[in-house]
Amino acid sequence: MHHRVIDQWSRGVSPLHALSAGVKLAALLGILIAISAAPTYPTIITASGLLTIAAMVSGLPFTGLLSRAAFVLPFTAIFALLTWWSGDPERALLLVAKSFLSGFAAVLFAATTPLAAWTNTLRRCRFPSTLVTVIEFLYRYLFVVAQQAETMRWAARGRGGFRFDAAGGAVGALFARSWQRADGIHRAMLARGFQGTPK
Amino acid sequence: MTRVVDVRGLRYRYADGTQALNGIDFHLDAGECVALFGANGSGKTTFVLHLNGLLEGEGHIEVCGLPLSRATADQIRAKVGLVFQDSDDQLFMPTVLEDVAFGPRNLGLAPPETETRARLALEQVGMTHAIQKAPYHLSAGEKRRVAIAGVLAMQPEILILDEPTTSLDPPAQRDLAELLANLPQAKLLVTHDTQFAEALATRAVFFERGRVAGEGSVDDIIHRFHWQAHSPRSVSLDRRSAK
Amino acid sequence: MIHANYSNSRMHIPDGFLTPPVWLTLDVISVPVVAWVARRRPAVVSDLDRRVPLMGVMGAFVFAAQMINFPVGLGASGHLLGGTLLALMLGPGAAAIVLTAVLILQALLFQDGGVLALGANIFNMALAGVLLGYLPSRLFGRNMVTIFLGGMLSVLISGVLALAELQTSGVAITGHPAQVALLLFALTGIVEGAITVVVIRSIERLNHTALRSTSATSLHARLAVIGAAAVLALCGAWLASGAPDSLQLLASNVGLDAEPVWTHSPLANYEVSSLGPEWARRPAAGLLGLAFVYTMFSLGGKKR
Repeated sequence: MHHRVIDQWSRGVSPLHALSAGVKLAALLGILIAISAAPTYPTIITASGLLTIAAMVSGLPFTGLLSRAAFVLPFTAIFALLTWWSGDPERALLLVAKSFLSGFAAVLFAATTPLAAWTNTLRRCRFPSTLVTVIEFLYRYLFVVAQQAETMRWAARGRGGFRFDAAGGAVGALFARSWQRADGIHRAMLARGFQGTPK
Repeated sequence: MTRVVDVRGLRYRYADGTQALNGIDFHLDAGECVALFGANGSGKTTFVLHLNGLLEGEGHIEVCGLPLSRATADQIRAKVGLVFQDSDDQLFMPTVLEDVAFGPRNLGLAPPETETRARLALEQVGMTHAIQKAPYHLSAGEKRRVAIAGVLAMQPEILILDEPTTSLDPPAQRDLAELLANLPQAKLLVTHDTQFAEALATRAVFFERGRVAGEGSVDDIIHRFHWQAHSPRSVSLDRRSAK
Repeated sequence: MIHANYSNSRMHIPDGFLTPPVWLTLDVISVPVVAWVARRRPAVVSDLDRRVPLMGVMGAFVFAAQMINFPVGLGASGHLLGGTLLALMLGPGAAAIVLTAVLILQALLFQDGGVLALGANIFNMALAGVLLGYLPSRLFGRNMVTIFLGGMLSVLISGVLALAELQTSGVAITGHPAQVALLLFALTGIVEGAITVVVIRSIERLNHTALRSTSATSLHARLAVIGAAAVLALCGAWLASGAPDSLQLLASNVGLDAEPVWTHSPLANYEVSSLGPEWARRPAAGLLGLAFVYTMFSLGGKKR
């Protein structure tokens, strides 16, 4: 799954990686707001320039970043085509440019900032700590649960793929295992003296 | 010899009515390493969960001279280090260092002290190189070491390891045995791995249907209960699940 | 590829689509609601400490479950979206938190939905979707029909809200495209309902401890849920009223509108006329709005 690649990228070494997560988060929001609030060609061109420079500084594979940002394109393309047909090609192009650039900015942020760094920033910014901790747990166990799902998928593929009800059984089993996993984690937390809210 | 764990007449029944433990008597002395054998579902894991108060059954449990009760559970959890079968359950913090520091922080230690303890524990298990890594970047053997470090950082007097060799390759099992042999704590190994137990344990206890069915040297127990993976005879035992 | 998941990410609005008033409004609505839910004591998983790892692992489950494809015929396949399942298994509050965490990670790591559009996506899926997914089982007791209905309604409301928000932002979806979109939402809804039913049945067969009864419904809780649903309906109506065209067109079945809707939407020239001094005012307004969101979050986060 994609998260492995982004996770690996985020642990790289570059001036952009070294920048504090708070600064990068502010820059990301700044660029997104500028693109959204003033979607004119000067903004688009300036943002593209800045993001290209940032991507160069990050030392990450440029085409890799571009292709990840392109995940937004299928959604965008439909609406861009509709807008084009309704007689406004300029607006259609702007739509594509805006969503692609925004996606690229988000990829660049995630690819140069390890998750723990930005969740700590969110926590310092007084985000509800329950939500931030849930994000951290989710990310940590994504690597475990996704592996289980992948194993199930291979096992099913080896026997001719899922039918509808069998897929339901697999997802149900995945749910039950995830529930047990949560019990195990909680038990392990208690065993190491956990008494209150997680920190 | 100082007795660090003393259990008398421990019984436990799950909510669904399964009698998991049916009058267990058990003891562990300082510096001793005991292997706990028994079929799946014979109550081994249920038993060790009692030793630091994660489950509450009837009977008497004393750890380091302290009778276990709700009031003393926190103190006892600091003395009894429990290493779980699935390391992924235990390594839940974002980085290795934070995870190992989780226990000491719960003991209410100041941040510099927690970090010192965590680094020390990671040194003991030979994992200082991974301090900033995320747990999901570790191999199974490394995860097990970090899980042990997380427990050692609480400076326990007793170590309990539930199936420590599961999913480890042979070299990692060997390294683990070496590591454990050099730790001074009293140890209880819950395991199916008789070779591993033979290498480490001085005494073995055999569980059957929530009771202690036998006790003796590791060799003695293995022979008495035909407890080998590759013997022509196999023992049929009640396979009720403990969970 | 034919069997591309048609239900996948169709409802995650990326950045670049919503105009600042729209995303800002929805951020301002969603953020305090999520913050309030996050610090409120849960009614369902009674142990406060236990629910945090549980919610995290359940979020991972939602991601992972989407890797398992359900064949729905004609070479197409769908997958679980999960809002209703989580609402029924964890309760609506915890489900909203889990889905919010999922959406945040999807926006940053998977480019599924935008960052500024998070408020909108959270509102559509984590709040409205969860609430409507939960509603039928809460009101009429849990059975196969209410579970199915919940799954379907949850997808429909998310889809319709997303459409309305896009309309309000002046993205042209009228006539046939709007009908096709609604048809797709309906199909996705049916698939989600069916998947939710088979998954819950399989969990029941595993005789799982996670199953809890929804039969004990206090009047108080019912009123709260109905009240929330009413507020939601009003929000939806308000959003939809920003762009009534598609609904009218749909009703009269006229077909493709020759005149794009955004030309007569009040926000239509929002972007076109952004030149000169206007250029500076909008980002300033955006930042101001963000400051407000931040304040709401701090207030929300304080009590924990």
